[in-house]
Amino acid sequence: MNVIAFYIAAGIAVVTTVLVITRKNAVQALLYLAISLISVAVIFYDLGAPFIAVLEVIIYAGSIIVLFIFVIMMLNLGQRATLAEAKLLQPRMWIGPALLAAILVSELAYLLARGNTGAPAAHVISPKQVGLALYGPYLIGVELSSMLLMAALVGAYHLGWHKQPKPETQDVHREYATSLDAGDGPVRAGSGRTAGAA
Amino acid sequence: MTLATVLFALGVAGLLVRRNLLFILMSIEVMLNAAGLAFVAVGARWARADGQVMFIFILAMAASEVSVGLALVLQLYHQFESLDADAASQMKG
Repeated sequence: MNVIAFYIAAGIAVVTTVLVITRKNAVQALLYLAISLISVAVIFYDLGAPFIAVLEVIIYAGSIIVLFIFVIMMLNLGQRATLAEAKLLQPRMWIGPALLAAILVSELAYLLARGNTGAPAAHVISPKQVGLALYGPYLIGVELSSMLLMAALVGAYHLGWHKQPKPETQDVHREYATSLDAGDGPVRAGSGRTAGAA
Repeated sequence: MTLATVLFALGVAGLLVRRNLLFILMSIEVMLNAAGLAFVAVGARWARADGQVMFIFILAMAASEVSVGLALVLQLYHQFESLDADAASQMKG
């Protein structure tokens, strides 16, 4: 375990988390949240858990952030979104996350160049051990989490799809008519159903 | 472990301070991540694979939680046209 690398990654994690909860702009906060998760992944790698580090990057920093971005894109469509898009391209918006990500990448390159997770003080736990434990004593947990994922899938689909049934049709039509001048009617009416697919 | 505690405290602070539903969900992500970090750190300390198995379970739980939570956010936004968490307190039935 490399102590200096650990403290750099830990500092980045804390700083980015503070930035996440203090930003006003949701997209900016999401960028910092992604950097926070990636720095925690570097910490995992440093702690001797490379498999978990990879999972953290793929699932947390990959799919969960993408889910958040989908929802943000669905929520403010129209005029405000184009303004936000124009603002996103300013360097002030992404220079902070890019800088911190560059620090993390250089740190990871340094750790990789030093060879397989450094000193003997760190016990590297291989994916094989994790898999044996996962499908041995924890088999019931795997089954339960699969049931949880199935319930979440059905629940998210139901919640996202439940927009257009009968009792609201008049409301929807009125809203559709009024918002046609605003220009964002069709997108908003349809976005409820795409949530389940996303 | 200290880092995990600090991250968890920041997540709780974000949960309490922000009223935007998206930020509340992000804070929950931070808290779950801190809990997973604590598990992995303890597992690395005693050189057991159990901590990482627990982290995988936390990961599955976080993924399902955030998908359901974001679907709820979409519904609430369609209902109230705002992302304020206080708007949902007027819900009846």
